Amino acid sequence: MSEKVKFTIDGKECVAERGQNLVDAAADNGVYIPSLCHLRDVIPAGSCRICNIKNAGRIMTACTTPVEQGMEIENDISELNDMRKAIVEMLFVEGNHFCPACEKSGNCELQALAYRFQMMVPRYPYEFPIKTPDTQDSRLWIERNRCIKCKRCIRTIKTEDGKNIFAFQERGHKVEINIDHELAAGLSEEKIQEATDNCPVGSILKKGTGFSQPIGTRRFDKEAIGSDIEKVV
Amino acid sequence: MTKKITIEPVTRVEGHGKVTIHLDDNNNVVQSRLHIVEFRGFERFAQGRPYWEAPVLVQRLCGICPVSHHLAAAKAMDVIVGAGTGEGLTPAGEKMRRLMHYGQMFQSHALHFFHLVSPDLLFGIDADPAIRNVIGVAKEHKDLAVMGVMMRKYGQEIIRATAGKKIHGTGAIPGGINKNLSDEEKDFFLKGDDPMNIDKMIEWSEASLDFFKDYHSKHKDLIDNYATFPSNHLSLVRKDGALDLYHGVLRAVDAEGKKILHDVDYQDYLEYIGEEVRNWSYMKFPYMLEYGKQEGWYRVGPLARLNTAEFIPTPKAQKAFEEFKAYTNGKPNNMTMHYHWARLIETLHSAEIIKELLNDPDIQGDDLVTKGTKQNEGVGLIEAPRGTLFHHYKINERDEITMANLIVSTTNNNEPMNLAVNHIAKDWMNGQSEITEGMMNAVEVAIRAYDPCLSCATHALGQMPLEIALYDKNNNLIDKKRK
Repeated sequence: MSEKVKFTIDGKECVAERGQNLVDAAADNGVYIPSLCHLRDVIPAGSCRICNIKNAGRIMTACTTPVEQGMEIENDISELNDMRKAIVEMLFVEGNHFCPACEKSGNCELQALAYRFQMMVPRYPYEFPIKTPDTQDSRLWIERNRCIKCKRCIRTIKTEDGKNIFAFQERGHKVEINIDHELAAGLSEEKIQEATDNCPVGSILKKGTGFSQPIGTRRFDKEAIGSDIEKVV
Repeated sequence: MTKKITIEPVTRVEGHGKVTIHLDDNNNVVQSRLHIVEFRGFERFAQGRPYWEAPVLVQRLCGICPVSHHLAAAKAMDVIVGAGTGEGLTPAGEKMRRLMHYGQMFQSHALHFFHLVSPDLLFGIDADPAIRNVIGVAKEHKDLAVMGVMMRKYGQEIIRATAGKKIHGTGAIPGGINKNLSDEEKDFFLKGDDPMNIDKMIEWSEASLDFFKDYHSKHKDLIDNYATFPSNHLSLVRKDGALDLYHGVLRAVDAEGKKILHDVDYQDYLEYIGEEVRNWSYMKFPYMLEYGKQEGWYRVGPLARLNTAEFIPTPKAQKAFEEFKAYTNGKPNNMTMHYHWARLIETLHSAEIIKELLNDPDIQGDDLVTKGTKQNEGVGLIEAPRGTLFHHYKINERDEITMANLIVSTTNNNEPMNLAVNHIAKDWMNGQSEITEGMMNAVEVAIRAYDPCLSCATHALGQMPLEIALYDKNNNLIDKKRK
């Protein structure tokens, strides 16, 4: 039987099940801890570092930190927010993110976080890396220019017998997302849509469907990212 | 010793360009040219992008009439997704696009006439430039200024309701549109608080036309003889010969009104239209292949459209059209300053069409997109505010764009704008010992009549202004004006 524990985030008293990850536990208590790579009910990867919080003075990723009794978490503080903003800025300069012509605009979590953190211009120089999209698949367009290496697709989209469809290739700075076209051909339409929806940016696109959602009805057109969580409780 | 004048930048036009005028020892104009000094390269960087992205990507050419590029690209993509051209869309798909387009036509024409042109008419071509601008209009002619601003706003709101945003929306998608018109939006445009309703817009459009006609009656010499020269005229027309700004067949008439391009399918435009490159401008010179580079050039835009069309399918604009045609005894009108007259007739027509569309139940239909058998090539043409706009794309089996060719309205008007500059330079500067600001504005007035969008025309990235330079016969720069 699960055990309830009490903890605080920026002084707010919260209750959650022991061992639940801090991002989800905070959301259940109406506190938004920004994240990019995390998805509820998916084993966390801790790869984007946007969800960095302070626990007993140490900075750690909230998505990989289980809740314990008596924790005193710092979340919405300038030191952490600036660090998060810096990471968002790095993600922008390391890829080729041209929001004006991107079909994910308005539904893009990276763009939404940039707005939340009021990013005007990145503090780092643009790298303008040369990336080649993988357009071979008949249903999916893999737009490597926009991939932020969150691994959501790798972690969530699998064949019925559990094989990975997506994987990283190359190493270090050159790492990029790759797709197994043979296995992808067997994916259901629902899985294709799930792959597109799970991608936080416009890197996995369902071919031929872009811009079908009108401006004004997109996820972040009316509400800033995280405001749905902050309204709860 | 000859001189060369440079007007740089040319002002109250969209985009960046300059004019050079060469004078001989007696200060007579030897040669003049409109140079477009920007370069953008959209045709190249569209390559490799997904075809469905083109309508959103390519409209970034311009912030004044992005809807034209958005719709021309979408029309080309209609062909690529197998939805055909024009008639292939669902009623809601086509009518929402038409509403978007006529809203744009309305706001762009209002912007041009009130913000860019009216200062020349109200204060005079050689008036003090400190007054001869839109701020001067707002101070001295408040009613006109309010009319201009609110007409533009109404058109922009139509665009927002159909495309999602006033500038750079996403409404048109391959095969159709991504939304219909809601009851709330329909009521807003039909019955909005004064002045934001369509009846007021029609009334103001008529008032603008009356203002111009009154001005014309008092300044016949200026309006009728300013940079007037014979030319061919080219535009889309509806299959029955009606003015249609969204879709039709390609028609051209010569200066006497003889049909020289016979209502052809624009998918085959390459059989009829060529583009010449000259080494002193980034803007190409289009011409009809059958008639060659010397004789095949043509004008596009409001004046050309009223010369190619046989009638206007809305009552008030048709009445104005009949008056316009009567002025030249039914022959093509070759008077450059009559572009303004034609533009205001189109403004009225746009308002009437908007009212028709708002009252059409089809525009609230739920069937928004048509798809068919995918093609690897498509051409989209539309009558942009400034004239005929060509978009042509090819894609591969991976859905990547492999070729894009854009012939933009202003590009089509390249040769006539150069001729207009030459006419005015000669009329105003020949034999003059001093070149004044008023003389240089006179050159700009001729360019401005065409409502050029120089950014679009070169698909260029840059600032807006235009300059004029004056050179002697040894090509030494002796004067240069930049605004």
